[in-house]
Amino acid sequence: MRFSQAWIIARHDMGIFRHRWGVMGPLIGLPLGVAIGFPLLVDYIVATNAGSGFDTYLPQLINAFSFWFVIGAAILPTAIAAYSIVGEKVEKSLEPLLSTPTTDGEILLGKTLAAFVPTILAIWAASVLFQGLIDWATRGALGYLFYPNWEIFVILFALTPLVCLYAIEFSVLVSSRATDARGAQQYASVTFVPLIFLYIAGEIGFSLNTTNLWYISGIFAVLVLVLFQVSRRIFHREEILTRWK
Amino acid sequence: MIHAEGLTKRFGSLTAVDQISLDIDEGEVFGFLGPNGAGKTTTVRMLAALISKTSGRAEVAGFEIGKEADELKIRQRIGVLPENVGLYEATSAYQNLEYFGRLHRMDAATLRNNIERLLRMMGLWEKKDDPVSTFSKGMKQKVAIARALVHDPILLFLDEPTANLDPEAAKMVRDVILELKKENRTIFLNTHNLDEAQRICDRVGILRTRLLTVGSVETLRSGFSTKRTAVRVQRASVELVAAVKQKLHKEGVELSGNRLLVDVEDPVRENPDINEAVVAAGGRVIELSQVSPSLEEVYLKLVHEEKGGS
Repeated sequence: MRFSQAWIIARHDMGIFRHRWGVMGPLIGLPLGVAIGFPLLVDYIVATNAGSGFDTYLPQLINAFSFWFVIGAAILPTAIAAYSIVGEKVEKSLEPLLSTPTTDGEILLGKTLAAFVPTILAIWAASVLFQGLIDWATRGALGYLFYPNWEIFVILFALTPLVCLYAIEFSVLVSSRATDARGAQQYASVTFVPLIFLYIAGEIGFSLNTTNLWYISGIFAVLVLVLFQVSRRIFHREEILTRWK
Repeated sequence: MIHAEGLTKRFGSLTAVDQISLDIDEGEVFGFLGPNGAGKTTTVRMLAALISKTSGRAEVAGFEIGKEADELKIRQRIGVLPENVGLYEATSAYQNLEYFGRLHRMDAATLRNNIERLLRMMGLWEKKDDPVSTFSKGMKQKVAIARALVHDPILLFLDEPTANLDPEAAKMVRDVILELKKENRTIFLNTHNLDEAQRICDRVGILRTRLLTVGSVETLRSGFSTKRTAVRVQRASVELVAAVKQKLHKEGVELSGNRLLVDVEDPVRENPDINEAVVAAGGRVIELSQVSPSLEEVYLKLVHEEKGGS
């Protein structure tokens, strides 16, 4: 497996998405919305509940809000992967690509990187803003700087990349059956449903502490490995040329 | 350049390509003719190391298909123009070629030179930065051919390069292929355009799941069992045809303009009798000549015989 070959594919695909509003809109809008919207909400809650003892619930609330970066990691790459794989299928450009001296694994890695890199960079960049604004909004109420902490570390460096890979691999599976990018995106969007349940659980009492976040990461690591095996089998030159609809 | 022995591809119970054996030399333009579904694209995909073979063996550019280590080397040395051009519509012609050149691991300077040479050859250099989506079908086909050539392949597979093109665009593409032929490139041309095959190819093979025949167009035409004698007369008519049929005791006589076309097996032995029969039937003979069947006739006869036999 030559990483350089995969990177040529990833760079090419990222160059194409730069001009697609359907990809760039959510890629910029969602992380930025989380990074600015939730701290403003926290600021409002802190201001309106001063002295009510609400401060004790603030860490749980903020951890639940920060979980939106994980949900974003499931939503954002599906849009990119849909254009990257189904888009090529629709434009019939997969066969010429498969005719180059590139292995199936290198093409799959290239497509994965094209969806993974911008998603992770957007989320990490937004999380810096999010942490700064949360600290600014809660320092008075909590009496200490909430961020950085271990929870956000696990979310950003373990859970978010794993969920992102899980969503991309799921998109690959969907791509073999979908006939257009929008359809593929809709099918693949089911990936964030379990994460929404986790977010709601976090809001109503399930602690999204470091230990639980590691457990959730472990589950997604297993899912990533299973889906990787399946997507490798599906993203096979002969399968693509003779069976993909 | 290509050597295949008993090459076969099955999809489940369906045999798409059955026991193909052929040799194609360096610098040869080989036409692969056959109706839709005959297995032409499947054969190209096998030879281009894109799909596996079920049985048989083949070597392309000295490397064996089906061997993982050889398949990348084969794809490094060949250029493929699939039936659907499959260009990246949002990017320019230059960017399309540049991407494929990079995937073939070309150094930047050679790639730049090749892109410029090819786009100039295709008459597209002035439009190199325009998005491909603004191009006509013929122009897109030319970009796709340039893409297949950008890494200087020693063997080119062209799958139906003029299908779905209007006559002007098809001519444009044919001229490009003739240009490539002058450069002494080995070309494997899938087509069901017989006129195109006749004009471009050194040899043709006729496929209908099995390879029915291989040879130069002239060899196929002259070796074909049905031969005809054309009798040019002063005034040809249906009545004259009927009278000649009666005198020769054969049905294979038809009218074509001012000529009578008579099926013959041995022209040397039969032509004097034909001459006599036409004169006896009241015709005034101007000229007798031999007519070989067209490639189209050879093709249709072989394909229909195979259809009837299978």
